[in-house]
Amino acid sequence: MITLTFALLTASTLLFAFRAFRGPSVADRVVAVDAMVIVAIAAIATDAVRTGDARFADAAILLALVAFVGTGIVARFIERRGG
Amino acid sequence: MGVLADVLLVAGALWFLLAGIGVARLGDSLARVHAATKATTLGMVLVLLGAILQSPGADGLKLSLAIALVVLTNPLAGHLLGRAVEANPGTAEVRIDIRATVEADETRPPDDRPLESEPDEAGPDEAGA
Repeated sequence: MITLTFALLTASTLLFAFRAFRGPSVADRVVAVDAMVIVAIAAIATDAVRTGDARFADAAILLALVAFVGTGIVARFIERRGG
Repeated sequence: MGVLADVLLVAGALWFLLAGIGVARLGDSLARVHAATKATTLGMVLVLLGAILQSPGADGLKLSLAIALVVLTNPLAGHLLGRAVEANPGTAEVRIDIRATVEADETRPPDDRPLESEPDEAGPDEAGA
């Protein structure tokens, strides 16, 4: 089950990465990178289940904060300058 | 408890896959923001609930803090991005004409930006009184 979860997370990360490379506008790239960060949080939780030890849980909290701050700043940038 | 945790993990990962398909396939920037925000929020909540059920203890507190942070901030980030795209429709792929839909309810003049307030609403009355 954990292998299946990791496989699904990897597949979705590849799709997000496709959009992040291809995405015609800044908003598309930002949304894809933000979604990849959320996938990383879920992967950290799945890895905590696999190893039975949540040593990366602090990193999950920090990723949640950084994803929001980064997305918010880029959204403000798009809104002000257009891009 | 173990079966429920496994089901939650796989269901959350399926939501992530759905979000990935939506972001890769949808043909509109706003639609991509919509797909990525909602589906990843739900998927992350399911995966982290599965992880908390599987290994309760001190790490459950941290993972539930991560759940709370993402549930609070991820829709907000999606809203900010959507508002930025809507404010600059020329910079992104926007196929649905939001302006035409919004203008149908005639509460807003045609070229008004959504965040600008109308200054002549209460000003003259208060000045006359």
